Amino acid sequence: MKITMAHGSGGKSSEELMEQVFGRHFANPILDKMEDAAVLEVSGRIAFSTDTFVVNPLEFKGGNIGKLAICGTVNDLLMMGAQPKYLTCGFVLEEGLEVELLERVVATMADYARQAGVLIVAGDTKVVEGQGGLFINTSGIGIIEEGIHISASNCRPGDAILLSGTLGDHHGAILSARMGMENGIHSDCALLSDMTEALRKEGISVRTMRDVTRGGLGTILNEIAGKSRCQFEIEETAIPMKEEVAAFCDILGLEPLYMANEGKMVLFLPEEEAEKALAILRDTKNGKEAAIIGRVREGSGVRMITRLGGSRLIDVLYGEGLPRIC
Amino acid sequence: MNIQEVIRYLKEYDGPELRLMEVCGTHTASIFKSGIRSMISEKIRLISGPGCPVCVTPTSYIDRCIDFAMKDNHVLLTFGDMIKVPGTSSSLAEAKGEGARVDIMYSPFEALDKAEKNPGVTYALAAVGFETTAPIYGLLIREALDRGIANIRLVTALKTVLPALEWICENEKGIDGFICPGHVSVIIGSDAYGELAHRYQRPFAVAGFEPEHILAVLYDLVHQIQMKKPVEDIHNLYPNAVRAEGNPKAAEVLYQYFEEGPAMWRGLGVIPGSGLYLKDEFAAFEGGSRGLETDRELPPECRCGEVIVGRIDPDQCPMFGTGCTPTNPYGPCMVSAEGACGIWYRNR
Repeated sequence: MKITMAHGSGGKSSEELMEQVFGRHFANPILDKMEDAAVLEVSGRIAFSTDTFVVNPLEFKGGNIGKLAICGTVNDLLMMGAQPKYLTCGFVLEEGLEVELLERVVATMADYARQAGVLIVAGDTKVVEGQGGLFINTSGIGIIEEGIHISASNCRPGDAILLSGTLGDHHGAILSARMGMENGIHSDCALLSDMTEALRKEGISVRTMRDVTRGGLGTILNEIAGKSRCQFEIEETAIPMKEEVAAFCDILGLEPLYMANEGKMVLFLPEEEAEKALAILRDTKNGKEAAIIGRVREGSGVRMITRLGGSRLIDVLYGEGLPRIC
Repeated sequence: MNIQEVIRYLKEYDGPELRLMEVCGTHTASIFKSGIRSMISEKIRLISGPGCPVCVTPTSYIDRCIDFAMKDNHVLLTFGDMIKVPGTSSSLAEAKGEGARVDIMYSPFEALDKAEKNPGVTYALAAVGFETTAPIYGLLIREALDRGIANIRLVTALKTVLPALEWICENEKGIDGFICPGHVSVIIGSDAYGELAHRYQRPFAVAGFEPEHILAVLYDLVHQIQMKKPVEDIHNLYPNAVRAEGNPKAAEVLYQYFEEGPAMWRGLGVIPGSGLYLKDEFAAFEGGSRGLETDRELPPECRCGEVIVGRIDPDQCPMFGTGCTPTNPYGPCMVSAEGACGIWYRNR
């Protein structure tokens, strides 16, 4: 069955779609009330974030648009040190979308919402003319515990820079899918909560965390260096990459520093905690290939010490990158 | 000699100032990426040459592409590099916002499948490049003929490197040696530079793209210049990929479909015989590539032309970093991933 304009009419077809797809997978006591707005009990400081997902293709090795939509917003909350609690989901369906595909996406979303410990408490669906496409917006709220202050402006000279794993996997997987290339590259799309939770339990005081998504590590490091008014020096040889992804980049002339990831984060913490934090990360499912990639220094900008001992400036990504990657 | 000794030699070089031109944009990119400029003596100046195809493409070519893409049921396919290059009144990216159909391609062969699927649409490929790229477009025409696909066109800005090098040797006396373009050399062979090297008594050497390859070729060129012996043969430091005679099969494909003609090089002017155009027998695939020799004058502030022949460094252009940046490029050298200005800006 395919989505038609009738599914967006607000009438019987809409109701059926609601019940059979969204209601069935997302059911929880707050959503089930089906009021005009969800009523939530929260106190203290909250983190609030929103993100819209337009990836093409909708399904790819290692995930689908639904997994991105949950992980993306949950990870943004986690990066502020928040405990993610509630999400809203807005769907824009293009007519011609296979309902089976939509259901797979929604089931994945329900699964990852459960894993992340968040409830989907409100949602909306619209149908537009088109060619079977699907766009998802998720917004989320998380609670920040007393005493946690994570910010991109917190880095201090002397801090260590850690990266939680290999670069370029998501970008490589999406590009491979679009080019019809058969290879072993999988998107790294994942919840970062196993790593943030492990660090929190061990009392590691992280100054800054960022998920390394669009724009890639190079752009994100520049943003943080600017906000913290510091210089970052990273080492080319310390940056983890899968061999297959490195070869793929080499052939296509891609720069891994500017490629998007969906399950990686960069962390800044005091030098004396770096080794301990590294060991904790490496003990988690998503942090096995974590590495200390550099140091924070006085100054500005991002510099890289190259493999042969040269030094180069790492600037932000210019131009388009790869459109519709997340 | 190991790589550390090569690095030390280049770092400690204290002879007369040398100006070495890396002809190819991929070399420029690799030089910056590996930080080689920070590793060698300031007396060895590396000059970025005219080997970035996007950078030497005239403004009027962009206009042609836009004209094509504005027609009903016409789609222009281009590599991402071209999309921000300014035309006379707009770039392809801007024209897209005004209704032109411009799609980014990753491989020219995608076009054939698209054209087969949508027979009512005419697809043109913005075919920009050197000897390396041209045979691919030859093969594309071959396959289009085999598959009976008629709704494919090429808007070409294909060029050959040797006439441009000859122009530089003739007009720019201050270049002491050349790093030959690696990919182009695969096709034309290292011997192809012999005549220029003899005539102008400048060393030419072929190199790969790894930083070690580039350091090795810099050592080789500096050493050759230091020896002060007459230049005899071309040093091929990329023997795994480049043969003395090149790749005759690729050259054969190239000249089966294309013939030489005059071409406009942005900044250099028209160089006779430096363009590659579809032969008359393949005119059905021609999307309007000829007659671009009369480019409009470059805007007076844009000094891309002097950058690509090494007369000035990118940061000596008054527009650099102020009126011309990667997000808002004025000259093509700022646009392309392999353009000298863009590379300088991103690594400044």
